[in-house]
Amino acid sequence: MERLRLATVWLGGCSGCHMSFLDLDEWLLELPARAELVYSPLVDTKEYPLQVDLALIEGAICNADHLELIHQIRQRTRTLVAFGDCAVTGNVTAMRNPLRRAEAVLNRAYIELADLNPQLPAQPGVLPPLLDTVLPVHAVVPVEYHLPGCPPPADRIKTLLAQLLEGRTPQLAQHQIRFG
Amino acid sequence: MAAKTLTIDGQLVSAEENQTLLEAARDAQIPIPTLCHLDGVMDVGACRMCLVEIVGTPKLLPACVTKVQEGLEVRTNSERLQRYRRLLLELLFAERNHVCAVCVSNGHCELQDLATQHGMDHVRYAYQAPNLGVDLSHRLYGLDHNRCVLCTRCVRVCWYIEGAGTLNLAGRGTGSMIITDLNQPWADSDTCTACGKCVQACPTGALFYKGATVAEMERDRQKLEYIVTAREKKQWNV
Amino acid sequence: MLLEDLIKIKEAELARRKKHTLRCCLAAGCISSQGQAVKDALDQAVQAAGLAAEVEVRGVGCLRLCGEGPLVAVDPDGVLFQKIRPEDAPALLSTLQGETSPLDRGDLQSPFFKHQLPLVLENSGLVDPDRIESYIAADGYLALRNVLREMAPPEVVSAITKSGLRGRGGAGYPTGLKWATVAKTKSTRRFVICNADEGDPGAFMDRSVLESDPHRVLEGMIVAGYAVGAEQGFIYVRAEYPLAIQRLQNAIRQAKQMGLLGSGVFESPFNFNIDIRIGAGAFVCGEETALMASVEGRRGQPRPRPPFPAESGLFGQPTLINNVETFANVPPIILKGPEWFASIGTDKSKGTKVFALAGKIQTTGLIEVPMGTPLRVIVETMGGGAPAGGQIKAVQTGGPSGGCIPASHLDTPVDYESLTTLGSIMGSGGMIVMDQTTDMVDVARFFMEFCRDESCGKCVPCRAGTVQLHELLAKILARQATQRDLDRLEELCDLVKHTSLCGLGQTAPNPVLSTLRFFRHEYLERLQPAHPNPPSAPPTPATQPPNTAPVNPGAPA
Repeated sequence: MERLRLATVWLGGCSGCHMSFLDLDEWLLELPARAELVYSPLVDTKEYPLQVDLALIEGAICNADHLELIHQIRQRTRTLVAFGDCAVTGNVTAMRNPLRRAEAVLNRAYIELADLNPQLPAQPGVLPPLLDTVLPVHAVVPVEYHLPGCPPPADRIKTLLAQLLEGRTPQLAQHQIRFG
Repeated sequence: MAAKTLTIDGQLVSAEENQTLLEAARDAQIPIPTLCHLDGVMDVGACRMCLVEIVGTPKLLPACVTKVQEGLEVRTNSERLQRYRRLLLELLFAERNHVCAVCVSNGHCELQDLATQHGMDHVRYAYQAPNLGVDLSHRLYGLDHNRCVLCTRCVRVCWYIEGAGTLNLAGRGTGSMIITDLNQPWADSDTCTACGKCVQACPTGALFYKGATVAEMERDRQKLEYIVTAREKKQWNV
Repeated sequence: MLLEDLIKIKEAELARRKKHTLRCCLAAGCISSQGQAVKDALDQAVQAAGLAAEVEVRGVGCLRLCGEGPLVAVDPDGVLFQKIRPEDAPALLSTLQGETSPLDRGDLQSPFFKHQLPLVLENSGLVDPDRIESYIAADGYLALRNVLREMAPPEVVSAITKSGLRGRGGAGYPTGLKWATVAKTKSTRRFVICNADEGDPGAFMDRSVLESDPHRVLEGMIVAGYAVGAEQGFIYVRAEYPLAIQRLQNAIRQAKQMGLLGSGVFESPFNFNIDIRIGAGAFVCGEETALMASVEGRRGQPRPRPPFPAESGLFGQPTLINNVETFANVPPIILKGPEWFASIGTDKSKGTKVFALAGKIQTTGLIEVPMGTPLRVIVETMGGGAPAGGQIKAVQTGGPSGGCIPASHLDTPVDYESLTTLGSIMGSGGMIVMDQTTDMVDVARFFMEFCRDESCGKCVPCRAGTVQLHELLAKILARQATQRDLDRLEELCDLVKHTSLCGLGQTAPNPVLSTLRFFRHEYLERLQPAHPNPPSAPPTPATQPPNTAPVNPGAPA
């Protein structure tokens, strides 16, 4: 059986979904037989490769880098899964959205709430500029499947992945579609 | 009192004359989703989750306020109703800031449960992300408008069970807000008796006990129904 | 008050008439352009010229050509002066002596007037709305007298039923049936409510009727009260209509003084009172259940129907709610007979309808035409078509609950059923004409913004759905939307239409749906191409459109 080219991506999120992915424990040992991990924060690949079959996207679209990357990912990937609540809804990362503008967010974080040396990070080119509004992945590019949860428990990830690896349209049980 | 016989989802159901479709369905173990309904207070038919189809009637009717009638043929779970319910849930999730992961009611929330029941795994509408503030002035309770679905359950228990008339609605449309007295901080309310019924009534994490953190806010809904039953039927040991 | 008194008042009033009458429009439109100052100047000029014995200067209600005010009509010459300024008074007066003047004259024989059939507006522009005698001189309160003295309540109801009158508030519910339901519902107390909470953008029919002929509405209400067995009436009028409120208050006081209102109306055992309730400007309070909540002093929010107001309305009692224009139709039906009324109009829509003609049209103003008049006659013949060089693109009827009828359907007769077939509604009578410069997506967006702002917030689909609908329309307008957004727009329209609690939400999608039906290309040409597909996208399974969930058994896709 040909191995699936699998990517996992970490955008605006806490990496908790990836931690949950690692909770797949011994199933992770079976995974390489079925899939090749071609891009992930867990492996040392800098450039998102071409012709990826399946990508799990953790995190929301928060800054200019995410925006650029997600379009590249969409172009190069057959099936996208919004992986976890941040990717699906924006979740905690989107809690800054009521402030409306990136400057207001930076001001809040670095000036209003600073204990020492209130100042905005000023060195250009180091950090990607924030978007005014944090967006769930499907608000930017089409997404095939959504896997809610903060983080999605390992068994939920397994249910989805196992079916996708078999080339089936994934079905989740009702209780597995749950935010939070 | 005459009994009425009707059909709900193909099942023959017998109901008391003054029962609503919702009551009749629940007696027959046929689930109809609700959000603004709360046992013990009058219904307002606002959330539209319990809309049902009645054969021969072009309009969808809310089960919570529609009385049973002899021979009615009711459908509670058609594909169309399921689709509408999911859309309504998407609208609610997009309207305010419902972040289940960090909510006091995570795991005990009727809105979250409804989303699960309806397989709502993402929201296709634009999140409005309003900036609505939290009233933490009361010594016991907090009110987070960002999590409010405007079901007015708290308002109704405040008026019709406690009789205090502290909580109310102000504004209109999506700008509607739950207010205390004349839109004062809750702590300044002259009428609030701090009975906590509103907190018991809230379906989401909008009203909570201060000090409760993520997922800690569990409610005892039966308390409200117990009070009403005790008061109206003089049954204290239900 | 007895019949003889009524006749005496009429005769005295007719005896006061002078050789010339200058009828000065004092409805809100002309007052806003100095109409009151024009009347005062004419009064002074008459005094100064010593013509007080020959010339009566009478303040009257709407003279129809609202865009050309202030208006002054001259009897018996049949001249209509337009855009009169106070300083024109002496010149205007001199025309009575046959002198010529360069003052702007309207043509009372123009198609705008010739196609009108004033029935509701028959007194409008003729009687002085501030003087009950003036109304009585036009056979006012005669219908009430006849009803009280010669008809039993069920006979009144059956006269209304026979006339075929339908509610003029928009939905066209048979008025006689409503009256009968209220009359037959068992109760010790019943109420009559006049809905004067006219709020559609561009609509001013009810305001005009109230300002021009307030007694007519009172008479209709009292007759209704007698027919259904009510002793208390309320007029719910919006605070934005201060002149209408003032004239109503004045009219109620005068009617009470004459024994036409209060205890023992026309010295019969029938008692009837009318109180005014002033709305605070919420559009939703035009919805009958919200209106009643507001009258009761509660938050103006609709509640689910049934029970309908006719069974359980104000304070839980059977309540008759009719619109201003509906009540204004009652006195002539009684006086001239239901058969006469039923002979006007079409098979299913009887009588006339008042429209406020506005927008991109030569002649704006108030018109009253028989039901069934083709739209083309109204906007092209009477309204004179679009202003110079323009072309009519669509006509919007029914306000935010209605739809846009394209120019290709201008030959549609204006009646309840025909307009509904075209995805619009009769509505209360707002008629906004649009020319080729009008952007139909923007029109839909405008009305959706209105509904969003006016949603009461009680039910989820209207409160949150209109927000999203407006956002989607704005996105399409900004050329940032894709086909997916358009699909979502249609899906949401379907939801809001079928799940909203009251008429506001149920009809809010109509402007979108009707523009989508007739002007879909204006939406399509703004769409962005869909997101480029991934290079080797899998064929999408038929049951699994892209961007939907992993499906769980039993849950909707």
